Amino acid sequence: MKSRLVAMSYSLVGVLLVCGVWALLSSVVAPDLPSPLKTWEESRLYILSPWEKRGEMDQGILRMAAYSLVRVAKGFLLAIMIGAPLGFLLGSSPVFHRMFDPTIQVLRPISPLAWLPLGLILFRQSEPAALFTIALCSMWPTVINTASGVRSIPQDYLNVARVLRLSRWKKFTNVWLPATLPYLFTGFRLSLGIAWLVIVAAEMLTGTPGVGGFLWQEYNSLIYSHILLCILTIGIVGFVLDRLMGMAEARLRSV
Amino acid sequence: MIELTGAGKSYGSRCVLRGLNLAVNEGEFVSVVGSSASGKTTLLMIACGLLPPDAGSVSISGQPVTDFAPGAAIVFQNYSLLPWLPAIENIRLAVEGAFPLWTAAQHRDQAEKYLHMVGLGTAGAKRPSELSGGMRQRVAIARAFAVEPSLLFLDEPFGALDALTRATLQQELARMCSEAARPVTTLMITNSVDEAILLSDRVFALSRGPGASLSDPVAVDIPRPRAANMIMREEAAVRIRARLFNPAPVEVAAHVHASA
Repeated sequence: MKSRLVAMSYSLVGVLLVCGVWALLSSVVAPDLPSPLKTWEESRLYILSPWEKRGEMDQGILRMAAYSLVRVAKGFLLAIMIGAPLGFLLGSSPVFHRMFDPTIQVLRPISPLAWLPLGLILFRQSEPAALFTIALCSMWPTVINTASGVRSIPQDYLNVARVLRLSRWKKFTNVWLPATLPYLFTGFRLSLGIAWLVIVAAEMLTGTPGVGGFLWQEYNSLIYSHILLCILTIGIVGFVLDRLMGMAEARLRSV
Repeated sequence: MIELTGAGKSYGSRCVLRGLNLAVNEGEFVSVVGSSASGKTTLLMIACGLLPPDAGSVSISGQPVTDFAPGAAIVFQNYSLLPWLPAIENIRLAVEGAFPLWTAAQHRDQAEKYLHMVGLGTAGAKRPSELSGGMRQRVAIARAFAVEPSLLFLDEPFGALDALTRATLQQELARMCSEAARPVTTLMITNSVDEAILLSDRVFALSRGPGASLSDPVAVDIPRPRAANMIMREEAAVRIRARLFNPAPVEVAAHVHASA
């Protein structure tokens, strides 16, 4: 208990130090950078009534984050619904792997900023284009982790499946899926992280309400403190998402 | 009847097994004794059809073996239970695979019956990680017998257990074999000569690899039931042990003895 308190006070000291550097920077070298105090004063309305809707692009920060989260959830679900089966195929069939692995390695490092215009051309609307971009950018860790999970199923379990004469479906549900589940979740966790990175870019370019869209609009309206508000929100939400997935993953590994 | 004719296996340029001739008759219990890393497990994997041989052939009841033999069950050294399923589910899965036409209730009853038979009637809901090594191997034995096999392959079934647990489970196995639903033809791999003598009708010795080959079989003419402590002193057992060690070079014999 005591050691926990100590650890927490260290974290607090760290945060205060960073705020101190931030304040120093804004007052000495970068006059355009709002100080922590100014950021708080100008963002108070958005933080203290986080759910209020005053206009299309003038809403509480939690409400904005929620728009983004819903979009991320859709894109992420799309990504894992495509990515996980693709990973299973790649992991189980060497032919399939040889056929598509080079393509995947080329598609994987493409930036969301490059995919988005293509999505806009294909779908002609910002919402499906954003989902398309999120899914396309975030599915690769799921694909690659699932495939490596399938490839590293211990030979013992594969022998058991053969010896017990399991049908294809039973082999999948009783051996393959549980054996690859930890890998699958590692993939999900990484994918979700990427999806959250992509959402900001997607919203910035399409100007839809959400943290990223709000950030870009406030940049255009020259309200710089709100940019910092958005940056902090993006960081905190991303951290919470990663922690939640990490907890789910740890639960699975303990089984 | 299990028959290996001139069977051999190499991994790359390393020859593991060479020219194996082995026959297990209907209802017979045959053991192969060998030191560790002599290719024992490879031999068993070839005999049961999980591993194709490079040379020679394997047949079961006259049919060439291409996949895991129908009507067969196997107990692995490392238990190989599925860790995410409770003990009873591990057995039930095997029963479902072996008797696809049965109802769900029949599957469950059969699994419970065999779990009781190995003395784990109350541990069915536990996962393998919550069971001791001996209990896990009991579950694995129950899983093997629950499919009512006519062929049983045992890959050092007690190799990972302590001496006391090992002795108890050897007796359990002898009992299960004698009480099985139909006569079981058994091929066991072990590193213990005493274990082989205790359980088998005939014993082969596998020479030390690479390129390991089998000795002539030695018949174990000691009446059943056999008690482990008797086996140690029984004159027939002493004679069999001597004959098993004899054809092999002294160095091999010493090694087998040390690991037994």
